[in-house]
Amino acid sequence: MDTKKCFHCGIEIIKKEEIVYEEKSFCCNGCKTVYEIFSQNDLSCYYDFENAPGATPQDINGKYDFLDDEKIIAKLLEFQEESTNIVSLFIPHIHCSSCIWILENLQKLQEGISTSQVNFSEKKVRITFDSTKTSLKAIVYLLSSIGYEPYISLENFETGKKNVDRSLIYKLGVAFFCFGNIMLLSFPEYFEVEEYWINQYRGFFRWLIFALSLPSFIYSASDYYISAYKSIKSRMLNIDIPIALGIIVMFVRSTIDIIFDYGQGYFDSLTGLVFFMLLGKLFQQKTYNFLSFERDYKSYFPIAITKLNANGTEIPVQVYDIEKGDRLLIRNQELIPVDGILISEKALIDYSFVTGEAIPIEKKSGDKVYAGGKINGKVIELEVLFSVSQSYLTQLWSNAVFQKKIEQKHKSITDKVSRYFTPILLLLAFVVFSFWLFIDVSMAFNVLTAILIVACPCALALTAPFTLGNVLRIMGKQKMYLKNAMVIEQLAKIDTLVFDKTGTITSNKKSAIEFIGKELSSEELSLIKNVIRGSNHPLSRKIYDFLPNSTKIEIQEFEEITGKGIIAKANDIKVVIGSASLLSISDENQSNQTKVYIAIKDSYKGYFVFDNQYRNGVVELFEQLSKKYELKILSGDNEGEKENLQSLLPKETQLIFNQKPEQKLEFIKQLEEQGKNVMMIGDGLNDAGALAQSNVGISISENVNVFSPACDGIMDASQFSRLGYYLNYSKNAMRTIYMSFGLSLLYNLVGLSFAITGNLSPLVAAIIMPLSSITVVGFVTLMSNYYARKKY
Amino acid sequence: MSVIYILITVSIVVAVVFLIAFIKAIKSGQYDDDYTPSVRMLFDDELKKSSSKIIEVEKQKSI
Repeated sequence: MDTKKCFHCGIEIIKKEEIVYEEKSFCCNGCKTVYEIFSQNDLSCYYDFENAPGATPQDINGKYDFLDDEKIIAKLLEFQEESTNIVSLFIPHIHCSSCIWILENLQKLQEGISTSQVNFSEKKVRITFDSTKTSLKAIVYLLSSIGYEPYISLENFETGKKNVDRSLIYKLGVAFFCFGNIMLLSFPEYFEVEEYWINQYRGFFRWLIFALSLPSFIYSASDYYISAYKSIKSRMLNIDIPIALGIIVMFVRSTIDIIFDYGQGYFDSLTGLVFFMLLGKLFQQKTYNFLSFERDYKSYFPIAITKLNANGTEIPVQVYDIEKGDRLLIRNQELIPVDGILISEKALIDYSFVTGEAIPIEKKSGDKVYAGGKINGKVIELEVLFSVSQSYLTQLWSNAVFQKKIEQKHKSITDKVSRYFTPILLLLAFVVFSFWLFIDVSMAFNVLTAILIVACPCALALTAPFTLGNVLRIMGKQKMYLKNAMVIEQLAKIDTLVFDKTGTITSNKKSAIEFIGKELSSEELSLIKNVIRGSNHPLSRKIYDFLPNSTKIEIQEFEEITGKGIIAKANDIKVVIGSASLLSISDENQSNQTKVYIAIKDSYKGYFVFDNQYRNGVVELFEQLSKKYELKILSGDNEGEKENLQSLLPKETQLIFNQKPEQKLEFIKQLEEQGKNVMMIGDGLNDAGALAQSNVGISISENVNVFSPACDGIMDASQFSRLGYYLNYSKNAMRTIYMSFGLSLLYNLVGLSFAITGNLSPLVAAIIMPLSSITVVGFVTLMSNYYARKKY
Repeated sequence: MSVIYILITVSIVVAVVFLIAFIKAIKSGQYDDDYTPSVRMLFDDELKKSSSKIIEVEKQKSI
């Protein structure tokens, strides 16, 4: 291999542009500068932890001018008092131990920073600084200059410090404390040795156990009482009713037992039960810190943008303060926050955030530009038509769908089972109780409480959390990140799949390229390849990757005209690559395909055509899915691809084109009204409404760390062809739950047979309860791992 | 035999102390990030080494 890689960022170095500094090679000046900064400040061991850990610093000239505004700064800071300021910045580039090291040594690079602490899993750095010595703007500039540009969006503007809810862990801690101590103290009684000293201290042990069970009974189990109370109020019988009932009965019965010296009570089972159930709850709460499932346009939009005053001065203005008629200045790589009319002559706008389409669109002066586009190339000026909240894109979020929460939409499987379980249990308890009343009144109360204790559906309640929690983790390892356990239950029910086209079943990265025209000789090909190397336009990069490797040729002249193409000279041959207007030829057929025209030595050679390339395995996936599911494609594009799609995909697939975001949402809604369980798979912001409306909205992402719209799950694009596997797996997960429900009901029956006959001793209860819990947990873990290995 | 009262009381007190320590640790946010500290503890010395190297070089120069 003769290709060298950049010492800083690891990108392959183009020989001609190689920069050698201190015997190390760099791909560009930016990377070299970062190295210089580090080595001057004794921070060069940055490169020891990881090979080529850096990123090339981007040009941010003027981008963060809004950080001069006191009001905006105050909103961003986490803490501010006199000169001490604390800020938390999200830095997407954080990915290795070198990153942690350099970011925690920031104080060596800039005076005024006292400490900085990285949270790796959230990709955040928390910086404490002295506002008299440095400013937030200076810090952001420093971070950007070393390749760690923070991501500041409108979302940061509204959310201050988030409060983390840790109450479940507290409860678990307390429950474990009670459980452990009570177990130890219960041991002497289990053996029931009628020894003198045990009899003497029995009272002391029992009352101590009673006291220890109080925190667990009152504090740790409190969620169950609240939930049971709520469900009685709303007249829905959920699983928490028998649980709460079981716990309370257990506590009261045990207390009575020890007061009247009937026995030791069931405090050990009680605290064990609470502990295991809380453990299950915790297990189900698998969260992916680095992902967010609640994003809306706010996390895409900048906080502030440059406004052009009437007298020509530039001032940063907060995005919410933009008014109709304002003139805005938008720089390269900045996002357009509002709808407006373009004033500058030309603009290349990349709408990949909105539509998933990677190829930029060209707009001319006077054209309407919509919010959500990213500017490629020169600075543009535009006049505002609507304020942020009234813009085309942002209006979608005023739809009621976004106000709902998923928990309210669906009922969980455990709740469904308990709808039958709870009444049957209560009925049984009542029947047996009245039966015993005729035989022995005091025994009747014993039996009643024993039934309620032993039937407390601990194993039943543990089944779903452990299965779903485990499935969630397994899927997460396979790059399918689901929001919560509820989504798996929904996945298993899906019968209709709706796909977005651009960016979902087509890939943004690869476009099939075809050359149409006179055949090119190998010299001509190498000419084109060499010319195109100098251009950063996405289309140029694609053609560059498409062309075969060739020898390097010196480029004599090179001019890139934004929005048009390249005019260059190499080997004294003039090469023109670009749009039809650049080559002054007319486009024969006005199809919607993207074309790049080539002229060599002033003679027209032909053009490259870009076809949307479908993701690997799409055809097989659709074939496979069409047997079980109803498939639909919902696209915002025109019908240009219709025939192609029809020939590729199974005949039953319904194709719908020209759909606006609201129409997509409406379409899903109609399907649901027909009683279908719809899964939407999309990627862009234009799918956001449909994703929220559907039963399960999955967003496809090329890079899970970058942004995707609000959804129930994020799937890595490379896993797209395995969609069928995930669907199947979630079905198997539900099957596992049903099987384990059967198992735990079996345990309940055994326990009940003890209880009904009046033979439930505390020892039997203390054995049955943990035994059933542990076997159920073991069973579901084994089964869900077994199903995970199964191919579709 | 009444020593058993003292022993059990002591053992419960010890357990309570641990419980409080656990709750305090959670409250301070120690368990919020379970990855970064594991990497962080491996750093520290590296910086001193590199600066001392430079000092050594400078010393040699001055001689």
